[in-house]
Amino acid sequence: MANTEAWGSRVGLILAMAGNAVGLGNFLRFPVQAIQNGGGAFIIPYLVCFLLMGLPLLFVEWSSGRFGGSKGHHSTPFIFDAMDRKKFWKYIGVFGIFTNVAVAAYYCYLESWTLSWVWNSITGTFSGQSQAEVATYFGNYVSLENPDHTFNAMPIVFWVICLLLNTWILSRGLSGGVEKAAKIGMPLLLIFGAFLAYKAITIKAGSEGASFDGVAGLNFLWTPDYSSIWSSKVWLAAAGQVFFTLSLGMGSIQCYASYIKKKDDIALNAMSAGWMNEFVEVVLGSAILIPIAVGYLGIDRVVEMTASGGLGLGFMTMPYLFDQWGAVMAVIAGVFWFGLLFFAGITSSLAMGTPVMGFLQDEYGWKRKPAAWAFGGIVLLLGLPTVLFFNEGVFDEYDYWAGTVSLVVFALFEIILFAWVFGMDKGWKEITSGSDIKVPNVFKFIIKYITPVILAFVFVKSLPGIWEKIMNKESMIKLKFTCTLKKFPDKLLKSMLSCQMFRRILFTVKG
Amino acid sequence: MNTSALIMMLVTEGIVIAFTGYFFYRVLTTKKHGEPDSFTENDDQE
Repeated sequence: MANTEAWGSRVGLILAMAGNAVGLGNFLRFPVQAIQNGGGAFIIPYLVCFLLMGLPLLFVEWSSGRFGGSKGHHSTPFIFDAMDRKKFWKYIGVFGIFTNVAVAAYYCYLESWTLSWVWNSITGTFSGQSQAEVATYFGNYVSLENPDHTFNAMPIVFWVICLLLNTWILSRGLSGGVEKAAKIGMPLLLIFGAFLAYKAITIKAGSEGASFDGVAGLNFLWTPDYSSIWSSKVWLAAAGQVFFTLSLGMGSIQCYASYIKKKDDIALNAMSAGWMNEFVEVVLGSAILIPIAVGYLGIDRVVEMTASGGLGLGFMTMPYLFDQWGAVMAVIAGVFWFGLLFFAGITSSLAMGTPVMGFLQDEYGWKRKPAAWAFGGIVLLLGLPTVLFFNEGVFDEYDYWAGTVSLVVFALFEIILFAWVFGMDKGWKEITSGSDIKVPNVFKFIIKYITPVILAFVFVKSLPGIWEKIMNKESMIKLKFTCTLKKFPDKLLKSMLSCQMFRRILFTVKG
Repeated sequence: MNTSALIMMLVTEGIVIAFTGYFFYRVLTTKKHGEPDSFTENDDQE
């Protein structure tokens, strides 16, 4: 049966593509990367990498997607196969399925935290809690424990709700599900973000328990340390941030673009979606987390707390800081902040499901609904270890191998395929065909020479880290595996019980 | 805010807002391609 999916409207397509790119990293990762890599000066390598790597890869992914779609393919193994018949490329294309499934396996769990934190904000769980108490709550949550060390089913319940929601939206199809979710989620995300940014930069020292002005946080983030731009570490961080924020190297952009007809534009669409992501990241992402945190905690404490990333600050500290704004505002800010993160998350996880569904629909003739449920089932199975063994580091392993290494390897091969095997002349025709804007010719040179070199640099520079990870892993795996084996039956039994409990809740609600 | 931070922020955000606004404006105002196109919302139009 032919895959008859289609986009409803051009704006819907762009919002879905922007939603795919906008993720939790726009709000939690970008500001932390900026303060760790030269403050305002970080934006120089960041924008250079955006122009030399981000935009060219967007053109490549959009155009190869549309090219594959014109041959009836909507997933990268067969899109790549259509570009070159050597079997090698088909196998490389499998990364575009594997990465989406593996990333969705841990990302949906992260997404479920945001949903749970929205619920906790509404029910006042964090009301009156100290910062340490909120952090303990988070620690207990990911350990699946209540404060009295009994089993806490809430993380599993929210995770299953999140998976069901993703699967249900995917089963409604491209225009009836994914596009509608983006049309609701993206405007709400912008409204929530604008409100929180306004609150953050108007924080006044001495008012509502703040020690510093919110503007002090902006000042800290944007003060440029120009000496940092000579550091290769800073350039690597900038390239990495651009790469992850645009959801490049995953196969999801190709899949979305494969539903565009040959005569329709991709260049303007790609630019619009790409810059929309930059707006959310640079304008909103820089104006919320750091200004609020600095306003209450001061620069030194924020530097210390963000040493290992922005996740802790986002989930363990923000609820406590919102609580300083009074009972009503704490609920509003909590719902807006975690709601914003939820919309950022779900528009990305939906994009991870679409290539898998496209693959099942095109190559095995599956209908849309079974394909969506198959994706949900696979993510449930693969994601279970990240939920049950979060503290044993399973989540981090998924993030490293699927969410980092796999993306870079895939992107490196895809640009070689596009520029050197498929051929730049044919590739350029694909990019400019039906274009509503004039794409500068310089991008032809950049795509052929500059972007592959940058990607190779990122890959080579990450090799020592990969090697170290592999070498250190042996002992770590043994230790973790022993712990895991001991805990497995206990945790599995508890999770099965919680599933039963979840079913009972559903039946109760239904009945 | 100190001057260098303020300039850096305003210039960067100005660039990002200008490009985002310009490209989205172009999307909204560019004439639609004739049917059959990639989008279902205008399928009833010729």
